[in-house]
Amino acid sequence: MKTFCSVWLLLSLVELSPAPPASQEPPLACTGAPDPAPPQPETAEDMASTGDLEPTHYPARRAAQVALHYLNTHHGSPFRVFGLQQVHKASAEDVAAGGRKYKLDFSVTDWGSGSAGPALRCSADVLFPRTERHSAPKVELHCEALQQINSTAQEDDAFYQKYISPDSTVSARDIPDSFGNMSEEMQPFWRLARVAASFIMLRESSENTEFNMAKVASITQQESSEEQLMLEFVVLLHDFPSQVTHKHTHRLWTLMDTEAVCVLTVCVCSAGDRSVEAAGVLVSRQRRQGPADRVAAQMPSRHQTPELTL
Amino acid sequence: TMKGSVISVLVVLAVLDRLAGGLEHRSYDYTKYHTMDEISAWMNQMERENPDMVSSMIYGQTYENRNITLLKIGFKSTTPKKAVWMDCGIHAREWIAPAFCQHFVKEILGSYKTDSNVNMLFKNLDFYITPVLNMDGYIYSWRDKTTRLWRKSRSPGTGNCTCFGTDLNRNFYANWGMVGISRDCCSDIYNGPTALSEPEAKAVTDFLGAHQNEVLCYLTIHSYGQLILIPYGHPNISAPNYEELMEVGLAAAKAIKAVHGTSYKVGTAPDILYANSGTSRDFARLIGIPYSFTFELRDKGNYGFILPEDQIQPACEEAYQGAMSIVNYVHDKNFKSAATTATLANVF
Repeated sequence: MKTFCSVWLLLSLVELSPAPPASQEPPLACTGAPDPAPPQPETAEDMASTGDLEPTHYPARRAAQVALHYLNTHHGSPFRVFGLQQVHKASAEDVAAGGRKYKLDFSVTDWGSGSAGPALRCSADVLFPRTERHSAPKVELHCEALQQINSTAQEDDAFYQKYISPDSTVSARDIPDSFGNMSEEMQPFWRLARVAASFIMLRESSENTEFNMAKVASITQQESSEEQLMLEFVVLLHDFPSQVTHKHTHRLWTLMDTEAVCVLTVCVCSAGDRSVEAAGVLVSRQRRQGPADRVAAQMPSRHQTPELTL
Repeated sequence: TMKGSVISVLVVLAVLDRLAGGLEHRSYDYTKYHTMDEISAWMNQMERENPDMVSSMIYGQTYENRNITLLKIGFKSTTPKKAVWMDCGIHAREWIAPAFCQHFVKEILGSYKTDSNVNMLFKNLDFYITPVLNMDGYIYSWRDKTTRLWRKSRSPGTGNCTCFGTDLNRNFYANWGMVGISRDCCSDIYNGPTALSEPEAKAVTDFLGAHQNEVLCYLTIHSYGQLILIPYGHPNISAPNYEELMEVGLAAAKAIKAVHGTSYKVGTAPDILYANSGTSRDFARLIGIPYSFTFELRDKGNYGFILPEDQIQPACEEAYQGAMSIVNYVHDKNFKSAATTATLANVF
C-alpha cells in the first residue's frame, strides 16, 4: 500500500516586511529582493548568561523554543504540533568554535490535547553559532517516549488522500479569522502551516529572537498530481523582542513513497530566477515499521535543480 | 410613496438598533470581542445602570480626536479615596485585554452587593478603569483582516517617514529611548519622535500625575505570554521594593493557576521577556506608585494575539483572580485596621 510519508518543503524568498497597513497579494513565484538579514533589535541584548540559567527567564526559553521548532519539523504533522510546557533546567556555555551552546531539560505537550494531554520530557543541546552573517542554530534533541505517543499516521494519510485528488483546489485566507475561529476542516492545514513555518523559524532563530506563528494569511493548493500534494502557505511570524510580524511564503509538497521511509527536505528559492537550491537540511522521518534511513532525493524536475545529496 | 417611507423608517430603526448594540433588549455578551462603538455604548450602560457607583471621566484625546474615557468605580465618598488604576488595550491587536477590562468591571459591579470583600474594596478604593486606551489603533485593527495585527497608535510618521504609529508602551517618560526600542518609525517598537509625543501616553501621564497621591496600584493589561512583569524594563535598574513586588506577583500567579491550571511566570521584563524602556508600568513606578504590574494574558504562542473567543471567559476568569490578589494585598496593606474593624463590626 502506498503511503504518504515524504514531505517536501520549499521556502520561497524570505520577505521581512512588517505587518502591512494595506492588503498585499503574496507572490506565487520566488521573486524579489535578495535575502535580507534576519531581524535584530536596535540595541544588542546583554547575553552574558553562562553557566546555570534560570528556567523561567528568556534565554532558556528562547533556546527551548528553538528545540521545539526542531521537534516540530521532525514530528509535527497535520494532526500534531508540539508546544513548550515548561523548562526544568538549563545551562549555557561559550564554545571554542565561537557561539553559545545551551543544554536544556524541558517538557512539551501536543497543542491538540492541551493541558489535559501528556507531557513529554525532552533534553536538547542548542548551539547558536557566532558568524558574521546569521546562520541557523544547530539542535540535538531527545524526547522520552516519543514513539509511544499515539501515532497520527492514520489521520495524516486520510488527510493526504482526501486532498491529493486532482480536483482538489483548497484555497483559504486568514486562518484563524480575526476572532480566533477556524473550521474543523482548516485545522490540519493550520497545523501543517505551523509545521512548515517551524523550518523557517528554526532557520531564522538566534538568541535575540523568539518566534511564533501569528496566523496563516493564505493557503493555496498548487497543481497536484497523483503522487504529490502541493500547498503554498503565506504565514505571518511574530517575533517578541522586535514585536514585528514577518510575512513568509513557503511551499510544501508531500510525496507518496512506496517504502516506509520518508524524507523531509527544505529548499530555498533563489532571488530572481526559478531555480531552487537546497537549504541543506535533510532529515529522515521514521514512519510505521520502516527503519530510519537516509535517502538521496531529487527535487521535482520542473524546477531544474541539481540532485540533492546528503 | 407611502410604501417607500415605511421601508425607510424600518431601515432607520434597524440601523439604530444595531448602533445601540441591542443593549436594551439583550444582555451584553462578555464572551465575544466587541467593536469600539459597542464598548463605548457598554460603558454608557454601566454608568446608567449604576449611577451611585460608576462615573465616566474623559481624560484626553487620541491622535484621531477620540475621547479617552475611563470608568471610575467605587462608593462615593466626601473624603478623598485611594485608587487602583487599570488600563487595557494600549496595544491594538491584544484584543483579550479590553475583553478583560470589561469582564473585570462586570465582575466587581455584579458582586459588590453580595461579596463583602468587594464591598469593602468599593468602600476604601476607587477603581479607575480604561477599557481601551489606544482607541485609534483598536479601531484600525478591526478594519479588515490585514489590519488585525496592528500594534501602535495611528499618528502619522514625522520627517521622511511614511509609516504610521508609535508604540505607546515605549513612549512614556521612563528611561525613554534607552533600551528595547527602535528609532525606525516603521518598527513596531518605534518609541516616537520624542517622549510623550503621543496624546494617549500624555493623557495617562497627566492623569497619574494629578492623582499621584491617590493611586496605590497600577495595572496595565496586555497579551500574550502568560506573564506578570514587574518594574523596571532596564536590566540595570531595580525597583526599591523588588522583593515585595516579586512576592505579590508570585501570589497572583498562584491565584491564577488555581482557576484553570494556567501557568504564569513572574519577573522583571529584562529577565523573563526582553529589556524595554518608556513603558507605562515603569513610569507609574518611577512617580512613586508602589505596586505596578504588567499582565500578559493568554496564550503562550499557540494562537498568540488572535485568541479564540471560546477562551475569553477562562482567560478573564483566571486573570481576574490574579488582579484581585494584587488589589487585595494593596488594600490590606493600606487599610489593615479598617479591615479588622469591619470584621469585628460584622461579628457584633
